[in-house]
Amino acid sequence: MLARRGLLGLSALLLVGAVTVIAGPRAGLLAALGIGFGLVLEGLRFGFAGPWRLMITERDARGLNAQLLAIGLTAAVGFPLMAAAPGEIMAAHAPVGLGVILGAFVFGAAMQVVMGCGSGSLVNAGSGNLVGLVALFGFIAGSFLGTLHLGFWTALGTLPVISAQSLAGAQGGLWLTLAGLAALAALLAVRAAPGKRLPGGRLALAAVLIAALAALNLVIAGQPWGIVYGLGLWGAKIAQAGGADVAATAFWSNPVHAERLSQSVLTDVTSLTNIGLVFGAFLIMRGRARPDAPVAALALRGWAGIAIAGLVLGYSARIAFGCNVGAFFSGISTGSLHGWIWFAAAFLGSAAGLKLRPLVLVPATPARAAA
Amino acid sequence: MTAPRPSRLARPVVGLLALALVGGIIVWDLAQAGLPDPFHAPPPLALGSGTAPTGAHCAAN
Repeated sequence: MLARRGLLGLSALLLVGAVTVIAGPRAGLLAALGIGFGLVLEGLRFGFAGPWRLMITERDARGLNAQLLAIGLTAAVGFPLMAAAPGEIMAAHAPVGLGVILGAFVFGAAMQVVMGCGSGSLVNAGSGNLVGLVALFGFIAGSFLGTLHLGFWTALGTLPVISAQSLAGAQGGLWLTLAGLAALAALLAVRAAPGKRLPGGRLALAAVLIAALAALNLVIAGQPWGIVYGLGLWGAKIAQAGGADVAATAFWSNPVHAERLSQSVLTDVTSLTNIGLVFGAFLIMRGRARPDAPVAALALRGWAGIAIAGLVLGYSARIAFGCNVGAFFSGISTGSLHGWIWFAAAFLGSAAGLKLRPLVLVPATPARAAA
Repeated sequence: MTAPRPSRLARPVVGLLALALVGGIIVWDLAQAGLPDPFHAPPPLALGSGTAPTGAHCAAN
Protein backbone atom coordinates (compact mmCIF):
# COMPACT_ATOMS: atom_id res chain seq x y z
CA MET A 1 0.00 0.00 0.00
CA LEU A 2 2.85 2.37 0.85
CA ALA A 3 4.54 1.65 -2.48
CA ARG A 4 1.31 2.27 -4.35
CA ARG A 5 0.77 5.58 -2.58
CA GLY A 6 4.34 6.54 -3.37
CA LEU A 7 3.73 5.81 -7.04
CA LEU A 8 0.52 7.82 -6.95
CA GLY A 9 2.37 10.76 -5.40
CA LEU A 10 5.07 10.44 -8.03
CA SER A 11 2.46 10.46 -10.80
CA ALA A 12 1.06 13.72 -9.39
CA LEU A 13 4.53 15.27 -9.46
CA LEU A 14 5.01 14.06 -13.03
CA LEU A 15 1.72 15.63 -14.12
CA VAL A 16 2.58 18.96 -12.52
CA GLY A 17 6.09 18.82 -13.95
CA ALA A 18 4.86 18.02 -17.45
CA VAL A 19 2.30 20.84 -17.39
CA THR A 20 4.99 23.24 -16.13
CA VAL A 21 7.40 22.29 -18.91
CA ILE A 22 4.71 22.49 -21.60
CA ALA A 23 2.77 25.57 -20.50
CA GLY A 24 4.86 27.40 -17.91
CA PRO A 25 5.06 27.70 -14.13
CA ARG A 26 1.65 29.27 -13.60
CA ALA A 27 -0.02 26.40 -15.43
CA GLY A 28 1.93 23.91 -13.31
CA LEU A 29 0.90 25.65 -10.11
CA LEU A 30 -2.74 25.66 -11.19
CA ALA A 31 -2.61 21.94 -12.00
CA ALA A 32 -1.14 21.36 -8.53
CA LEU A 33 -3.89 23.50 -7.03
CA GLY A 34 -6.51 21.44 -8.84
CA ILE A 35 -4.97 18.25 -7.49
CA GLY A 36 -5.18 19.81 -4.04
CA PHE A 37 -8.88 20.52 -4.52
CA GLY A 38 -9.42 16.92 -5.60
CA LEU A 39 -7.48 15.51 -2.65
CA VAL A 40 -9.45 17.58 -0.14
CA LEU A 41 -12.89 17.15 -1.70
CA GLU A 42 -12.59 13.38 -2.11
CA GLY A 43 -10.24 12.65 0.77
CA LEU A 44 -12.25 14.55 3.37
CA ARG A 45 -15.63 13.88 1.72
CA PHE A 46 -16.40 17.57 1.37
CA GLY A 47 -19.17 18.13 -1.15
CA PHE A 48 -21.99 20.45 -2.06
CA ALA A 49 -24.95 18.41 -3.35
CA GLY A 50 -24.91 15.88 -0.49
CA PRO A 51 -24.99 18.41 2.37
CA TRP A 52 -27.84 20.30 0.70
CA ARG A 53 -29.79 17.04 0.47
CA LEU A 54 -29.06 16.29 4.12
CA MET A 55 -30.28 19.74 5.15
CA ILE A 56 -33.53 19.28 3.26
CA THR A 57 -34.26 15.67 4.19
CA GLU A 58 -32.66 15.27 7.63
CA ARG A 59 -32.26 18.83 8.89
CA ASP A 60 -28.52 18.21 9.03
CA ALA A 61 -26.79 21.59 8.59
CA ARG A 62 -23.22 20.48 9.31
CA GLY A 63 -22.04 20.14 5.72
CA LEU A 64 -23.79 23.27 4.49
CA ASN A 65 -22.41 25.31 7.37
CA ALA A 66 -18.95 23.98 6.54
CA GLN A 67 -19.45 25.36 3.03
CA LEU A 68 -20.39 28.76 4.47
CA LEU A 69 -17.29 28.64 6.71
CA ALA A 70 -15.10 28.00 3.67
CA ILE A 71 -16.75 30.84 1.76
CA GLY A 72 -16.32 33.23 4.70
CA LEU A 73 -12.64 32.36 5.13
CA THR A 74 -12.05 32.83 1.39
CA ALA A 75 -13.81 36.19 1.51
CA ALA A 76 -11.70 37.28 4.49
CA VAL A 77 -8.57 36.78 2.39
CA GLY A 78 -10.01 37.63 -1.01
CA PHE A 79 -11.59 41.03 -0.29
CA PRO A 80 -8.32 42.63 0.91
CA LEU A 81 -6.43 41.04 -1.98
CA MET A 82 -8.88 42.38 -4.55
CA ALA A 83 -8.78 45.82 -2.95
CA ALA A 84 -4.98 45.84 -2.88
CA ALA A 85 -4.50 44.64 -6.46
CA PRO A 86 -7.63 45.51 -8.44
CA GLY A 87 -5.84 45.32 -11.77
CA GLU A 88 -4.37 41.90 -11.05
CA ILE A 89 -7.14 40.04 -9.23
CA MET A 90 -10.70 39.99 -10.49
CA ALA A 91 -13.91 39.03 -8.71
CA ALA A 92 -16.64 36.66 -9.88
CA HIS A 93 -19.17 39.45 -10.28
CA ALA A 94 -22.12 38.86 -12.61
CA PRO A 95 -25.54 40.45 -13.08
CA VAL A 96 -28.69 39.01 -11.56
CA GLY A 97 -31.37 38.21 -14.09
CA LEU A 98 -33.99 35.68 -15.05
CA GLY A 99 -31.25 33.46 -16.50
CA VAL A 100 -29.47 33.33 -13.14
CA ILE A 101 -32.63 32.55 -11.18
CA LEU A 102 -33.98 29.94 -13.59
CA GLY A 103 -30.58 28.46 -14.28
CA ALA A 104 -29.72 28.12 -10.60
CA PHE A 105 -33.10 26.54 -9.80
CA VAL A 106 -32.70 23.98 -12.57
CA PHE A 107 -29.06 23.35 -11.62
CA GLY A 108 -30.09 22.68 -8.02
CA ALA A 109 -32.67 20.14 -9.20
CA ALA A 110 -30.29 18.42 -11.63
CA MET A 111 -27.46 18.19 -9.11
CA GLN A 112 -29.70 16.22 -6.78
CA VAL A 113 -30.60 13.86 -9.61
CA VAL A 114 -26.97 13.00 -10.37
CA MET A 115 -25.79 13.63 -6.79
CA GLY A 116 -23.04 15.81 -8.11
CA CYS A 117 -22.59 19.50 -8.71
CA GLY A 118 -19.91 21.19 -10.84
CA SER A 119 -16.97 20.12 -8.70
CA GLY A 120 -18.84 16.98 -7.67
CA SER A 121 -19.16 15.67 -11.21
CA LEU A 122 -15.39 15.96 -11.67
CA VAL A 123 -14.62 14.44 -8.28
CA ASN A 124 -17.13 11.65 -8.76
CA ALA A 125 -15.75 10.79 -12.20
CA GLY A 126 -12.17 10.79 -10.93
CA SER A 127 -13.06 8.64 -7.95
CA GLY A 128 -14.61 5.99 -10.16
CA ASN A 129 -18.28 6.82 -9.84
CA LEU A 130 -19.89 5.83 -13.16
CA VAL A 131 -22.82 8.19 -12.62
CA GLY A 132 -20.34 11.06 -12.30
CA LEU A 133 -18.50 10.06 -15.47
CA VAL A 134 -21.69 9.80 -17.54
CA ALA A 135 -22.90 13.12 -16.12
CA LEU A 136 -19.55 14.71 -16.98
CA PHE A 137 -20.03 13.97 -20.69
CA GLY A 138 -23.42 15.71 -20.54
CA PHE A 139 -21.97 18.55 -18.47
CA ILE A 140 -19.33 19.30 -21.12
CA ALA A 141 -21.95 19.37 -23.89
CA GLY A 142 -24.44 21.38 -21.85
CA SER A 143 -22.01 24.06 -20.73
CA PHE A 144 -21.00 24.59 -24.37
CA LEU A 145 -24.64 24.79 -25.52
CA GLY A 146 -25.27 27.32 -22.75
CA THR A 147 -22.65 29.64 -24.24
CA LEU A 148 -24.62 29.68 -27.50
CA HIS A 149 -27.76 30.94 -25.74
CA LEU A 150 -26.27 33.13 -23.03
CA GLY A 151 -27.20 36.30 -24.90
CA PHE A 152 -30.83 35.19 -25.11
CA TRP A 153 -31.08 34.54 -21.39
CA THR A 154 -29.37 37.76 -20.34
CA ALA A 155 -31.62 39.73 -22.73
CA LEU A 156 -34.71 38.45 -20.91
CA GLY A 157 -34.05 40.82 -18.07
CA THR A 158 -30.90 41.59 -16.14
CA LEU A 159 -30.07 44.00 -13.37
CA PRO A 160 -26.79 45.89 -13.34
CA VAL A 161 -23.95 44.10 -11.57
CA ILE A 162 -24.45 44.58 -7.83
CA SER A 163 -21.75 43.66 -5.35
CA ALA A 164 -21.02 44.04 -1.67
CA GLN A 165 -18.18 46.36 -2.66
CA SER A 166 -20.48 48.56 -4.72
CA LEU A 167 -22.89 48.79 -1.79
CA ALA A 168 -20.47 49.29 1.09
CA GLY A 169 -16.91 49.58 -0.23
CA ALA A 170 -14.14 47.01 0.14
CA GLN A 171 -14.03 46.84 3.93
CA GLY A 172 -17.74 47.37 4.45
CA GLY A 173 -18.45 44.85 1.72
CA LEU A 174 -16.39 42.22 3.51
CA TRP A 175 -18.28 42.80 6.76
CA LEU A 176 -21.57 42.75 4.87
CA THR A 177 -20.65 39.41 3.30
CA LEU A 178 -19.45 37.90 6.58
CA ALA A 179 -22.60 39.14 8.34
CA GLY A 180 -24.76 37.59 5.62
CA LEU A 181 -22.94 34.27 5.91
CA ALA A 182 -23.21 34.33 9.71
CA ALA A 183 -26.92 35.10 9.54
CA LEU A 184 -27.51 32.27 7.07
CA ALA A 185 -25.45 29.85 9.17
CA ALA A 186 -27.44 30.84 12.27
CA LEU A 187 -30.74 30.33 10.43
CA LEU A 188 -29.62 26.90 9.26
CA ALA A 189 -28.46 26.01 12.78
CA VAL A 190 -31.84 27.00 14.21
CA ARG A 191 -33.63 24.91 11.61
CA ALA A 192 -31.29 21.93 12.05
CA ALA A 193 -31.90 18.95 14.29
CA PRO A 194 -30.04 18.87 17.62
CA GLY A 195 -26.47 17.62 17.20
CA LYS A 196 -26.50 18.43 13.49
CA ARG A 197 -25.87 22.15 13.60
CA LEU A 198 -22.14 22.79 13.37
CA PRO A 199 -19.46 20.99 11.35
CA GLY A 200 -17.22 18.56 13.17
CA GLY A 201 -13.46 18.30 12.90
CA ARG A 202 -13.29 16.65 9.46
CA LEU A 203 -15.62 19.12 7.77
CA ALA A 204 -14.07 22.12 9.53
CA LEU A 205 -10.60 21.02 8.42
CA ALA A 206 -11.86 20.54 4.87
CA ALA A 207 -13.45 24.00 4.91
CA VAL A 208 -10.17 25.61 6.01
CA LEU A 209 -8.19 23.72 3.35
CA ILE A 210 -10.69 24.54 0.58
CA ALA A 211 -10.59 28.20 1.60
CA ALA A 212 -6.77 28.16 1.52
CA LEU A 213 -6.79 26.60 -1.95
CA ALA A 214 -9.43 29.07 -3.19
CA ALA A 215 -7.35 31.98 -1.87
CA LEU A 216 -4.29 30.56 -3.62
CA ASN A 217 -6.38 30.34 -6.80
CA LEU A 218 -6.89 34.11 -6.54
CA VAL A 219 -3.19 34.74 -5.96
CA ILE A 220 -1.94 32.45 -8.74
CA ALA A 221 -4.61 32.89 -11.41
CA GLY A 222 -5.82 36.38 -10.59
CA GLN A 223 -9.38 35.09 -10.68
CA PRO A 224 -11.61 32.99 -8.42
CA TRP A 225 -12.00 29.22 -8.52
CA GLY A 226 -14.34 28.09 -11.30
CA ILE A 227 -15.47 24.93 -13.05
CA VAL A 228 -18.00 25.44 -15.81
CA TYR A 229 -15.98 27.77 -18.03
CA GLY A 230 -13.35 25.10 -18.62
CA LEU A 231 -15.92 22.42 -19.39
CA GLY A 232 -17.68 24.74 -21.84
CA LEU A 233 -14.34 25.41 -23.50
CA TRP A 234 -13.74 21.66 -23.91
CA GLY A 235 -17.20 21.33 -25.48
CA ALA A 236 -16.52 24.26 -27.81
CA LYS A 237 -13.26 22.74 -28.98
CA ILE A 238 -14.93 19.39 -29.63
CA ALA A 239 -17.75 21.10 -31.56
CA GLN A 240 -15.21 23.08 -33.56
CA ALA A 241 -13.34 19.92 -34.44
CA GLY A 242 -16.66 18.47 -35.58
CA GLY A 243 -17.02 21.27 -38.11
CA ALA A 244 -19.11 23.82 -36.20
CA ASP A 245 -18.15 27.46 -36.75
CA VAL A 246 -17.88 28.09 -33.03
CA ALA A 247 -15.59 31.11 -33.41
CA ALA A 248 -18.38 32.99 -35.21
CA THR A 249 -20.84 32.74 -32.31
CA ALA A 250 -21.46 35.77 -30.09
CA PHE A 251 -19.85 34.30 -26.99
CA TRP A 252 -16.79 32.75 -28.61
CA SER A 253 -16.10 35.73 -30.86
CA ASN A 254 -15.51 37.85 -27.76
CA PRO A 255 -11.72 38.37 -27.79
CA VAL A 256 -11.35 36.96 -24.27
CA HIS A 257 -13.02 33.68 -25.20
CA ALA A 258 -11.68 33.59 -28.77
CA GLU A 259 -8.15 33.55 -27.39
CA ARG A 260 -8.96 30.60 -25.14
CA LEU A 261 -10.60 28.78 -28.04
CA SER A 262 -7.55 29.18 -30.26
CA GLN A 263 -5.00 28.20 -27.63
CA SER A 264 -4.34 24.99 -25.73
CA VAL A 265 -6.55 24.10 -22.78
CA LEU A 266 -3.31 24.12 -20.79
CA THR A 267 -3.41 27.92 -20.99
CA ASP A 268 -6.90 28.08 -19.50
CA VAL A 269 -7.16 28.58 -15.74
CA THR A 270 -10.35 26.63 -15.06
CA SER A 271 -9.35 23.81 -17.40
CA LEU A 272 -6.11 23.35 -15.47
CA THR A 273 -7.78 23.19 -12.07
CA ASN A 274 -10.49 20.90 -13.49
CA ILE A 275 -7.84 18.51 -14.84
CA GLY A 276 -6.06 18.51 -11.48
CA LEU A 277 -9.34 17.98 -9.64
CA VAL A 278 -10.15 14.78 -11.54
CA PHE A 279 -6.60 13.55 -10.98
CA GLY A 280 -6.62 14.38 -7.27
CA ALA A 281 -9.87 12.48 -6.74
CA PHE A 282 -8.42 9.51 -8.63
CA LEU A 283 -5.34 9.54 -6.40
CA ILE A 284 -7.46 9.34 -3.27
CA MET A 285 -9.60 6.52 -4.65
CA ARG A 286 -6.57 4.47 -5.73
CA GLY A 287 -4.75 5.25 -2.50
CA ARG A 288 -7.47 3.72 -0.35
CA ALA A 289 -6.87 0.22 0.91
CA ARG A 290 -10.28 -0.75 -0.37
CA PRO A 291 -12.08 1.47 -2.92
CA ASP A 292 -15.76 2.13 -2.31
CA ALA A 293 -18.25 -0.21 -3.94
CA PRO A 294 -19.31 0.63 -7.50
CA VAL A 295 -22.50 2.62 -7.90
CA ALA A 296 -25.74 0.72 -8.37
CA ALA A 297 -26.39 -0.48 -11.89
CA LEU A 298 -29.10 1.44 -13.72
CA ALA A 299 -31.48 0.55 -16.50
CA LEU A 300 -30.61 2.01 -19.91
CA ARG A 301 -33.15 4.79 -19.47
CA GLY A 302 -31.59 5.51 -16.08
CA TRP A 303 -28.20 6.08 -17.74
CA ALA A 304 -29.86 8.19 -20.43
CA GLY A 305 -31.50 10.21 -17.67
CA ILE A 306 -28.12 10.79 -16.02
CA ALA A 307 -26.60 11.99 -19.32
CA ILE A 308 -29.52 14.36 -19.86
CA ALA A 309 -29.31 15.61 -16.27
CA GLY A 310 -25.60 16.24 -16.82
CA LEU A 311 -26.39 18.21 -19.95
CA VAL A 312 -28.95 20.23 -18.00
CA LEU A 313 -26.36 20.83 -15.26
CA GLY A 314 -23.91 22.29 -17.74
CA TYR A 315 -26.45 24.38 -19.61
CA SER A 316 -28.07 25.81 -16.49
CA ALA A 317 -24.70 26.58 -14.88
CA ARG A 318 -23.61 28.51 -17.96
CA ILE A 319 -26.74 30.67 -18.15
CA ALA A 320 -26.56 31.27 -14.37
CA PHE A 321 -22.97 32.58 -14.58
CA GLY A 322 -21.55 29.62 -12.74
CA CYS A 323 -22.25 26.49 -10.76
CA ASN A 324 -21.92 25.83 -7.04
CA VAL A 325 -18.25 26.84 -7.36
CA GLY A 326 -18.19 29.74 -9.82
CA ALA A 327 -21.43 31.37 -8.65
CA PHE A 328 -22.17 30.18 -5.10
CA PHE A 329 -18.67 29.76 -3.66
CA SER A 330 -16.68 32.27 -5.69
CA GLY A 331 -19.54 34.70 -6.30
CA ILE A 332 -20.33 35.15 -2.63
CA SER A 333 -16.70 35.03 -1.48
CA THR A 334 -15.83 37.88 -3.86
CA GLY A 335 -18.92 39.94 -3.06
CA SER A 336 -21.31 39.29 -5.95
CA LEU A 337 -25.05 39.53 -5.31
CA HIS A 338 -25.61 36.91 -7.99
CA GLY A 339 -23.96 34.33 -5.71
CA TRP A 340 -26.61 34.87 -3.03
CA ILE A 341 -29.50 34.78 -5.50
CA TRP A 342 -27.96 31.67 -7.05
CA PHE A 343 -27.89 29.94 -3.67
CA ALA A 344 -31.52 30.73 -2.86
CA ALA A 345 -32.79 29.56 -6.25
CA ALA A 346 -30.58 26.46 -6.35
CA PHE A 347 -31.59 25.42 -2.84
CA LEU A 348 -35.26 25.55 -3.83
CA GLY A 349 -34.36 23.62 -6.98
CA SER A 350 -32.62 20.98 -4.88
CA ALA A 351 -35.82 20.32 -2.95
CA ALA A 352 -37.61 19.76 -6.26
CA GLY A 353 -34.77 17.63 -7.62
CA LEU A 354 -34.96 15.22 -4.71
CA LYS A 355 -38.50 14.34 -5.80
CA LEU A 356 -37.31 13.79 -9.39
CA ARG A 357 -34.40 11.57 -8.40
CA PRO A 358 -36.23 8.23 -8.09
CA LEU A 359 -37.94 8.87 -11.42
CA VAL A 360 -34.59 9.24 -13.21
CA LEU A 361 -32.38 6.76 -11.38
CA VAL A 362 -34.19 3.68 -12.60
CA PRO A 363 -32.30 0.62 -11.31
CA ALA A 364 -31.36 -2.22 -13.59
CA THR A 365 -33.40 -5.37 -13.32
CA PRO A 366 -31.52 -7.99 -11.27
CA ALA A 367 -30.93 -10.20 -14.32
CA ARG A 368 -29.48 -7.38 -16.39
CA ALA A 369 -27.33 -6.08 -13.53
CA ALA A 370 -25.88 -9.50 -12.95
CA ALA A 371 -25.06 -10.01 -16.62
CA MET B 1 -37.14 -5.92 -1.18
CA THR B 2 -33.80 -6.66 -2.83
CA ALA B 3 -30.82 -4.33 -2.62
CA PRO B 4 -29.74 -2.71 -5.91
CA ARG B 5 -26.97 -4.59 -7.65
CA PRO B 6 -23.68 -2.78 -8.22
CA SER B 7 -22.47 -1.78 -11.65
CA ARG B 8 -20.09 -4.22 -13.33
CA LEU B 9 -17.46 -1.51 -13.72
CA ALA B 10 -15.28 -1.27 -10.61
CA ARG B 11 -14.25 2.16 -9.39
CA PRO B 12 -10.60 1.89 -10.47
CA VAL B 13 -11.74 1.11 -14.02
CA VAL B 14 -14.18 4.04 -14.11
CA GLY B 15 -11.52 6.32 -12.60
CA LEU B 16 -9.09 5.31 -15.33
CA LEU B 17 -11.78 6.02 -17.94
CA ALA B 18 -12.19 9.51 -16.47
CA LEU B 19 -8.43 10.08 -16.67
CA ALA B 20 -8.47 8.77 -20.23
CA LEU B 21 -11.21 11.26 -21.11
CA VAL B 22 -9.28 14.18 -19.64
CA GLY B 23 -5.93 12.99 -21.02
CA GLY B 24 -7.48 12.40 -24.43
CA ILE B 25 -8.86 15.95 -24.51
CA ILE B 26 -5.45 17.39 -23.56
CA VAL B 27 -3.47 15.38 -26.12
CA TRP B 28 -6.00 15.87 -28.92
CA ASP B 29 -6.19 19.60 -28.13
CA LEU B 30 -2.41 19.95 -28.11
CA ALA B 31 -2.36 18.34 -31.55
CA GLN B 32 -4.98 20.81 -32.79
CA ALA B 33 -3.89 24.05 -31.09
CA GLY B 34 -0.18 23.34 -30.85
CA LEU B 35 2.09 23.48 -27.84
CA PRO B 36 1.97 26.69 -25.81
CA ASP B 37 5.15 28.73 -25.80
CA PRO B 38 6.44 28.47 -22.23
CA PHE B 39 8.77 31.42 -22.82
CA HIS B 40 5.73 33.64 -23.29
CA ALA B 41 3.85 32.13 -20.38
CA PRO B 42 2.44 34.48 -17.72
CA PRO B 43 4.42 35.03 -14.50
CA PRO B 44 3.95 32.28 -11.89
CA LEU B 45 1.73 34.46 -9.71
CA ALA B 46 -0.90 36.94 -10.89
CA LEU B 47 -0.54 38.90 -7.64
CA GLY B 48 2.31 41.31 -8.10
CA SER B 49 2.66 40.58 -11.82
CA GLY B 50 1.25 43.89 -12.99
CA THR B 51 -0.87 42.07 -15.56
CA ALA B 52 -4.63 41.74 -15.70
CA PRO B 53 -6.30 38.31 -15.49
CA THR B 54 -7.64 36.83 -18.72
CA GLY B 55 -11.28 37.20 -17.68
CA ALA B 56 -12.06 33.68 -18.84
CA HIS B 57 -14.27 32.72 -15.90
CA CYS B 58 -17.72 31.25 -15.30
CA ALA B 59 -19.01 34.73 -14.43
CA ALA B 60 -17.88 36.10 -17.80
CA ASN B 61 -20.50 37.31 -20.26
